[in-house]
Amino acid sequence: MRIALFVTCLNDTMFPGTGQAVVRLLRRLGHEVEFPSAQTCCGQMHFNTGYRKQVLPLVRNFAETFAPYEAVVTPSASCAAMIRDWHPRLDDAARDTAAKVHELTEFLVDVLGVTDVGAYYPHRVTYHPTCHSLRMLGLGDRPLRLLREVRGLELVELPDAAECCGFGGTFALKNPAVSAAMGADKAARVRRTGADALCAADNSCLMHIGGVLTRTAGPAVRTVHLAEILASTEEDPS
Amino acid sequence: MSEPQGRRTGPDRDATGTGAPHGAPQGPRTARDEILGRIERALGRRRPPVDRAYAAIERPYRRRHHESGIVDLFAERLAHYRAVVHRVEPADLPGAVARVLTRGRYAVPAGLPAHWLAEVDPALLVHEPPTTELDALDGVVTGCAAAIAETGTIVLDHGPGQGRRALSLVPDHHLIVVTADQIAPDVPEALERLSPARPLTFVSGPSATSDIELNRVEGVHGPRTLDVIVTR
Amino acid sequence: MTMPTYLGMPAFPRAARAAVADERLRDNLARATGTIRDRRRAAVAELDDWAALREAGRRIKDHTLRYLDHYLRLLEEKVTAAGGTVHWARDAAEANRIVADLIRATGRTEVVKVKSMATQEIGLNEALEKEGITAYETDLAELIVQLGDDRPSHILVPAIHRNRSEIRDIFRRRMPDAPPDLSDEPAELAEAARRHLRAKFLSAQVAVSGVNFAVAETGTLVVLESEGNGRMCLTLPKTLISVMGIEKVVPTWRDLEVFLQLLPRSSTAERMNPYTSAWTGVTPGDGPQEFHLVLLDNGRTSVLADEVGRQALRCIRCSACLNVCPVYARAGGHAYGSPYPGPIGAILSPQIRGIGSPVDASLPYASSLCGACLEACPVAIDIPEVLVHLRAKVVEEGPRHPLAGTAMAAAGWTLRSPRRLALAQRLASASRRLIGRRGRIRRLPGPLRAWTDSRDAPAPPPESFRAWWKRTDGGRA
Repeated sequence: MRIALFVTCLNDTMFPGTGQAVVRLLRRLGHEVEFPSAQTCCGQMHFNTGYRKQVLPLVRNFAETFAPYEAVVTPSASCAAMIRDWHPRLDDAARDTAAKVHELTEFLVDVLGVTDVGAYYPHRVTYHPTCHSLRMLGLGDRPLRLLREVRGLELVELPDAAECCGFGGTFALKNPAVSAAMGADKAARVRRTGADALCAADNSCLMHIGGVLTRTAGPAVRTVHLAEILASTEEDPS
Repeated sequence: MSEPQGRRTGPDRDATGTGAPHGAPQGPRTARDEILGRIERALGRRRPPVDRAYAAIERPYRRRHHESGIVDLFAERLAHYRAVVHRVEPADLPGAVARVLTRGRYAVPAGLPAHWLAEVDPALLVHEPPTTELDALDGVVTGCAAAIAETGTIVLDHGPGQGRRALSLVPDHHLIVVTADQIAPDVPEALERLSPARPLTFVSGPSATSDIELNRVEGVHGPRTLDVIVTR
Repeated sequence: MTMPTYLGMPAFPRAARAAVADERLRDNLARATGTIRDRRRAAVAELDDWAALREAGRRIKDHTLRYLDHYLRLLEEKVTAAGGTVHWARDAAEANRIVADLIRATGRTEVVKVKSMATQEIGLNEALEKEGITAYETDLAELIVQLGDDRPSHILVPAIHRNRSEIRDIFRRRMPDAPPDLSDEPAELAEAARRHLRAKFLSAQVAVSGVNFAVAETGTLVVLESEGNGRMCLTLPKTLISVMGIEKVVPTWRDLEVFLQLLPRSSTAERMNPYTSAWTGVTPGDGPQEFHLVLLDNGRTSVLADEVGRQALRCIRCSACLNVCPVYARAGGHAYGSPYPGPIGAILSPQIRGIGSPVDASLPYASSLCGACLEACPVAIDIPEVLVHLRAKVVEEGPRHPLAGTAMAAAGWTLRSPRRLALAQRLASASRRLIGRRGRIRRLPGPLRAWTDSRDAPAPPPESFRAWWKRTDGGRA
């Protein structure tokens, strides 16, 4: 199976560790991934902000870049949802490629059929189901099933987990007061779990919640992408 | 002020008022023609026949959510709204009515089965009082047209034995007699039993409001006490 | 098209900022919406065919909209045949004119009103006041709003922004017959409203109502309510005037079997609301002997013309989307600058009014696109989809934001080419030591300051993923 990694523009630029974790994790499970260097962005930011003219070239570039692969894996539920839900509606030629895109936990659970990926992560962890992973992509309990198999990991439930953290892409800039208020409430609930790490399937939301966590007073909670927990082992901790 | 273009003048208005829009009449277009014209432009003209399109709407939902225990369910759901529910054998109905209507004066609609009131002190009963006297009464006793078990709802169609709408609205205490055969399991079957040509009042418990902090509080403008006698 | 009383409202972000700073408001909203959220979930979960009901509701509404002209003609015919009179109003001014003339024709200067979104939308009370006609709101929450010279902030519970002690204070101050020792017990407050309005109901000659559903095949109008004020208004006066948006029509009596299950559970989280009234024209000897129905367009036909946006016309005004919306819970209803707040307002107001004003151009952005509204909507309105659709309209036709436009164009230009993206990443990485401290940035320049005003930003990494991949051959080197 030829597997390509769509790392996403945000992870590529700001969170390379997440992409590296996906490569390491899949390699450990016996699968080499390729990184087609023509990839850039799924177009979600422009699409969701109303800049449609900017979107189509990005959709076409995505479809062309990933067409040769049998599967495309991405460590972003939000981008996976954008591609699967919207790319075919924006450009019919993008349909086939879009259908091959899997968010990481979908790829692990549905395509590879694994929930125990041999990870070790000795921390108290809580999981925030991001809106797009929950309500657009319908990841369900896949991330939790994976996390429950991680050795050393103590999973604690996040109250009101399904409520949005307030990131919302450019919403965070266009409505900063409401976005920050939502973020503060989410961060406070994260702190109350006593977890020392917060994980999610999207670094965008983690960047927002993490930014509030480090700005506000309270015990330190690190934010970490799910992929990095799943890639972590005793020999090679992340 | 000029007469607005949108005004229609009622049942006896000009003959062009109903049916398909007529060709643009002399003078300014009426609001009716303009709105219907906007709708037609918005939708385009090529549509399948309306009846066929309507019939194609799938309805895969249930006709009822419970198959058995309908009377019990009705009593339970109604009591949940803090209505006072009395379950009696048909033979004990007059006794049950008398036990509820103990003091004060009660409005009685024409057509209420006389034997329901056989054991009530006649001095307590006011038959078909005028609307101006309703506020001075303590309560009202009526039958109903149908009931819905799933939602604990009673429906009045204001026919004989139920009285006009004001009768069961103004007095602060409403006693309704529901017979077991009137209880439909759920909303769809209840609506089938009702005629929309009649005025209908669906009652689900005493009057209430959720307007203060979104919590339900019983007792606002409608009857604050709702007694329901359900015969087996 | 117009919503007369909402002219000149500030854009959403500014109004929301003020609301977020109001801790009591946030507290009231969080408490009320939190309560109803859990109860709604339970009420919906009780019906194992909810998804099927929701889908049927969606289809019935879509069908009706597709044949709206047909069903409005049928409704008119049936209402007229049953002794009612049907009026058509192109916009708010025309509707207000019709209602005022009808009231004046009765010789009365007072009307009782049962809560109606349509009359809020057209600013009927204010229009009547100018004609010397006093409208008394009889719904408890509307009464609270009216006595407090306030604006509604919720579709179902217009005074949701007020807690019980604020309501007590308003009653003590503004309700002439309120007991001086009135407490903040909800039951006592309800009792005070009952006593206050009793005489009004008993003497009212004219009532104005809205409509929840209008059945075309029978000409039957349906109003759902809780308190009994609706029954009072629909029953006791001699003249009844009902104002309905043209999208409120449903084809058949049978269709109510779907909506009478969907609406109460979504709205107040009850199996059924306390009272539902249905009437067809005039019934001799029972209720109002003169009945007028005003069919209101006010922008709805232009919503209908938009194939993506028209799904907003499915709305049955349950307010479930408000109650689950995290933005609404923090910004409150007033920030939406319209009687339709929350997610549905964010797609309805800019469509009804157009996107020319600052508030209307900002409403499509008043959402994090979290999708909770779509999940809760009993007629499956894809609110996020319409929001994004309207954002595209704002970018193309709305007020210009040169800075944002330039930034988005620049980002688009960069992202169109992997080479330019790589260059931008190298620049970002080179700047990390300048702007970051221990991996965090506390203050960003330009429009990005909106981010760092309330949260840290991560400093760019020493190298991007693509640079790492190239340097290490995907970690194999």
